[in-house]
Amino acid sequence: MNCFGIRGLNLYYAGFHALKDISMDIEAKKVTAFIGPSGCGKSTLIKTLNRMNDLVEDCRITGEVRLFGESVFGGMDVNHLRKRVGMVFQKPNPFPMSVYDNIAFGPRSHGIRSKYELDEIVETSLRNAAIWDEVKDRLRKSALGLSGGQQQRMCIARALAVAPEVLLMDEPTSALDPVSTGKIEELLLTLREDYSIVIVTHNMQQAARISDSTAFLLLGDLVEYGGTEALFAMPKDKRTEDYITGRFG
Amino acid sequence: MRLRFDEQLSELNTSLIEMGALIERAIASATKVLEEQDVETARRIIAEDETIDEQERDIESMCLKLLLHQQPVAGDLRQVSTALKMITDMERIGDHASDISELCVYLADQTYIKKLDHISSMANATIKMVKESIDSFVKKDLALAHSVIAYDDVVDDLYSTIKKELIGLVHENVDNGEQAFDLLQIAKYYERIGDHAVNIAEWVIFSITGKHKNKQVL
Amino acid sequence: MNVNKKNHQRKLSELFMAFLTYGAAAATFGVLFFLVAFIFVKGIPHIKPSLFSLSYNSENVSLTPALAATVIATPMALLITAPLGVFAAIYLTEYAKRGNRWVILVRVTTEALSGIPSIVYGLFGSLFFVLFLGWGYSMLAGVFTLSIMILPLIIRSSEEALKAVPDAYREGAFGLGAGKLRTVFKIVLPSAMPGILAGVILSIGRIVGETAALIYTAGTVAQIPANPMQSARTLSVHMYALSTEGFHTDESYATAVVLLFVVILINAASVRISRRIGGRA
Repeated sequence: MNCFGIRGLNLYYAGFHALKDISMDIEAKKVTAFIGPSGCGKSTLIKTLNRMNDLVEDCRITGEVRLFGESVFGGMDVNHLRKRVGMVFQKPNPFPMSVYDNIAFGPRSHGIRSKYELDEIVETSLRNAAIWDEVKDRLRKSALGLSGGQQQRMCIARALAVAPEVLLMDEPTSALDPVSTGKIEELLLTLREDYSIVIVTHNMQQAARISDSTAFLLLGDLVEYGGTEALFAMPKDKRTEDYITGRFG
Repeated sequence: MRLRFDEQLSELNTSLIEMGALIERAIASATKVLEEQDVETARRIIAEDETIDEQERDIESMCLKLLLHQQPVAGDLRQVSTALKMITDMERIGDHASDISELCVYLADQTYIKKLDHISSMANATIKMVKESIDSFVKKDLALAHSVIAYDDVVDDLYSTIKKELIGLVHENVDNGEQAFDLLQIAKYYERIGDHAVNIAEWVIFSITGKHKNKQVL
Repeated sequence: MNVNKKNHQRKLSELFMAFLTYGAAAATFGVLFFLVAFIFVKGIPHIKPSLFSLSYNSENVSLTPALAATVIATPMALLITAPLGVFAAIYLTEYAKRGNRWVILVRVTTEALSGIPSIVYGLFGSLFFVLFLGWGYSMLAGVFTLSIMILPLIIRSSEEALKAVPDAYREGAFGLGAGKLRTVFKIVLPSAMPGILAGVILSIGRIVGETAALIYTAGTVAQIPANPMQSARTLSVHMYALSTEGFHTDESYATAVVLLFVVILINAASVRISRRIGGRA
């Protein structure tokens, strides 16, 4: 089953053509990686999936993006879309409040008020993000006191707390050390069982390690898209080969 | 870009060509030993097998270092992994050349019970296969690799012919038995060399197409 | 040889810069210390119980009515201006489109207003509130004049504080499907609170220290105002009056000591409040 169906997607920032006629299906309950050099449009593409590009002025989009068959541009309420399609950012961005309030922020935004319910969501989310044991004794303390890697896992927990169907991750480990990176990669492999995951990464080895499918973008074009192992072992396009073997340009 | 890596990859290629030259020479010499019953050359070949083993270890460590340092993907990954697989077969070919030489030392003071015509053809056929399999790797020549695999049938046919002849000779005279066994063993070594050349060609095909024995490896 | 010379020169210039920075710091501290010491030496010997009598007369020159007026006027002005200024700043940073002409106009105006001398505000207050609206010299006219005076300060400092909130917070909240209103009030505003409060503290300083804008609007009557329409004088105005009259210079210094303590107290309280609000995280 596909979670996203993208058809003829074009995106312009002011005059700049950032995404060019992109069509692809993204499988549900799989990890899909977007790779490509800086400025290739991979971050732009992932931000289109939960309409974070709406925040950018002068951004014009044509084409279709469907989430489980439903158009995300049409009548869908953008806040509802972002509840269904959670996002984790490049730099860990805990809010300047307690760990508990960080996690509860999402559910509270969507109308959950009962303390009992919130307690449960906070615990499950933190457990699912494999950070419960590290923070259970300091739920009421500021999230800013956590280490970078812990902050990022807490941000993943925060995204999980609104019970999304899809998790978008924009270079989630690029600001982290190798140990924290390893923990997050492990985590992704377990999360894959319950969530569809789309990840943008600069780290080719990471894409090769954790993703099922990989898409290579270059200058706004989707150059190649397919099974990760096949793409890394036997890329079909010369440009893909040049990029992943580091002979780009 | 990645100049150092490219340099290392071409170093790897050079080493493989060198090792290929070593084993080609070993088989050719072993064949000469068989035909001319030259004990001295036989001893040299057996000693030189050491060099081939060393070359294998060198290439092996080169490949492992490349994997560790460069984490190759795509064409690079296939090239390095193919090299790793190839050298095992190449080393076995070297072993067989030395095995043949050892048997020749044993046979040196005997008169052959039969003409070596078919065994010589087999030797030439396998030398051709080994040479072409390594050439196909160096030149990334898919057609040549396929022709190596096809050529194995020629070697196999020669082997059955030789086997039948030797059985006939044993029927004629039971005293031929011992030498017949040794000659059959030599023929068997050549046949094995042909098989290893086929293995090499198959990995060459993988390095070019990503498919090994017609199956996607990754 | 040449290198040595260059090295030597570099060392000299480094030494000179160090001397400059240390010197500047020492001078600043010295001036401040001298100022406070001067006021204390001149003022503390003249603090007597009669200064704190409930009502003022020309004998006791009590500062109690002025203290009361200060304590009443300051929160009143803040109550009017702080919400107005903060909401204006929220509009400017969070809602208005960048490059909007209306926003640029507001920004230029606030900047211009913050540079205007307070006597001009006093004159305006006197003409508009006191005469045109007929409020007479009254606390109310004074408070409104003060409010207008500190509005640009609060808008600008709040705007800076809001702009300083990392976009990552906004993205994070939007990414969770939180709406604009919730993002602004639950995430952005609390994060900006310390900065906003810093602006408020600055405003308090201006209110407490203000004389020119008040003399023409709140008047100079030394009484505890019974209602907002009565005239009253704040501590600063009181000091000004005492020292211009020339009969009570010593008491004026004593009042300065009290004013100093009031300012310190208010600042300490503001810091504590800002910790309570913004420093939770």
